[in-house]
Amino acid sequence: MSIKTTMSKNYLEIIRAGINTTFQDQGRDSLYHIGIPFSGAMDNRNYLLSNKLVGNELDSPVLEFAYQGPLLRYHGKKINIAVTGDVNFNIKKKKDLINGQCYQSYILEDGDELDIISTIKSVYGYIAFGGKFDLKYQWSSCSVNTKANIGSNNGKKLEVNQEITISNLNENLNNKKLNYINTKIENIRIIKGTNFDYFSKKGKKLFLEQEFNVSKLSDRMGMRLEGKKIENIVDTNIKSEGLIKGVIQVPADGNPIIMLSDHGTIGGYPKIGVVISADYDKLVQLGPGSKIKFKEINLASAESLFRLYELETQNLISQI
Amino acid sequence: MIKNISNLGDAALYCDFGKDINKETNTKVIRYFKSIQKENIEGVNNLTPSYNKLIVSFDLRKTNFKDLKRLIENLEINKSDNFKNKRIKIPVCTDKSFSLDIKRLEKKLTINKEQIYEKFFNKEFFCYMTGFIAGMPFLGDLDINMRAKRLETPRVKVPKGSVGLTEQFANIYTFESPGGWNIIGNTPLNIFDSSKEKDPNLINPGDTVIFNKISIDEYQNYNE
Repeated sequence: MSIKTTMSKNYLEIIRAGINTTFQDQGRDSLYHIGIPFSGAMDNRNYLLSNKLVGNELDSPVLEFAYQGPLLRYHGKKINIAVTGDVNFNIKKKKDLINGQCYQSYILEDGDELDIISTIKSVYGYIAFGGKFDLKYQWSSCSVNTKANIGSNNGKKLEVNQEITISNLNENLNNKKLNYINTKIENIRIIKGTNFDYFSKKGKKLFLEQEFNVSKLSDRMGMRLEGKKIENIVDTNIKSEGLIKGVIQVPADGNPIIMLSDHGTIGGYPKIGVVISADYDKLVQLGPGSKIKFKEINLASAESLFRLYELETQNLISQI
Repeated sequence: MIKNISNLGDAALYCDFGKDINKETNTKVIRYFKSIQKENIEGVNNLTPSYNKLIVSFDLRKTNFKDLKRLIENLEINKSDNFKNKRIKIPVCTDKSFSLDIKRLEKKLTINKEQIYEKFFNKEFFCYMTGFIAGMPFLGDLDINMRAKRLETPRVKVPKGSVGLTEQFANIYTFESPGGWNIIGNTPLNIFDSSKEKDPNLINPGDTVIFNKISIDEYQNYNE
């Protein structure tokens, strides 16, 4: 046997890291009380689908990227990969350049390159690899929170020239495809927040009727919106209290901030609303410059919309 | 003991313990927090106690607001106060390289820095909650003459270990982070250690904290 075939190490070489490429999985729970947020893949549906496409357990770690993704060179035995989201990417083989399609599994061979050029009119995309990353977990999750340096890869995003080892490659190589298109959402549905009545009649009306712009100052912690000022008539501060993802706070400047997966666990701004669970995956995909409009619904509708969304996700998973 | 339970979105309970911010109200919050934590209720994925609120977040796939509300309302709450609360001494150096806002405070509070430090050091503070950033303790209560508002413009970077004051509370920045509290000193002690997964926080809700003043030499030679 030649040295090459006995060599057992499979790894990714990071040629370009991308803007914000991190390991993510389902996130970590039961830690809000010490100040550690959930984290985890921002768009949970696309995360789950990527794992299913390569034959992984659904809660396996994947690479999440934002806007521009990484350029990776693979070394090792044949491996399955899949990209999900709304993403423009190429696979460079020795003799071929394949224009990649999302929701389809591919096989990478030794020396192949995966070039995640960019997301298209969306923010986050996912790459799953059919095998196990060699990662250190923290609180039973690999999810990286770069603000607190928690999670795998020393809590940092990927850097150029680093190597990522993959072991236990899945034995059966897939060739799977799912017919799925990420649909855009008309309105983001919300439930009234606990401080809804801190705002003037006009402020509430503006909140529910105007179109907001998603600001450039948005990241995994939060999404800042810009629009006409939402007027507060009670107090622009509340006594600091817990937050959850999807909470919409309005500070003194009158522009809403939506808490996302890496949010601070405690906040002191009035809560005007909370994005419903069913719309969270779509919400996070709205990039800077996108327009956003809220629609108020009640708790019972939010619950049934979530059941529907879950059913749809499970249905997609079972089609793979 | 909970005054009111409402929903925060579709996947959290917002438990309100009343308007007053004091040790008594907060002790009730912590009692509920610890009792619910002990119950390991199916679907509950996070509990966030604060001064006078407790947020119970849950997985909407496993439970819902109505069921969980009923469960929490009927929960047997441990009413004894035999929590394993600690007394923790925190060394703080007030060298001028650390006490970034002491001049501002002297002006705002119209007392001099010696008086500020006299009212701050060797006094008992109660930990109401931890959070915002990992492990940050919110401690109270400050003397009535020590209460100042946040900075008009928050700092983009508050150094790690900074000890800050705002209104009736003191805190410690466990990481470099943005923040608007009035910084009066810095501790060499590591308040949050992510390598200790079981107990990463040095200070937990219900604990008592006493600050003691150290010199710059002691700060620089500090060994935990």
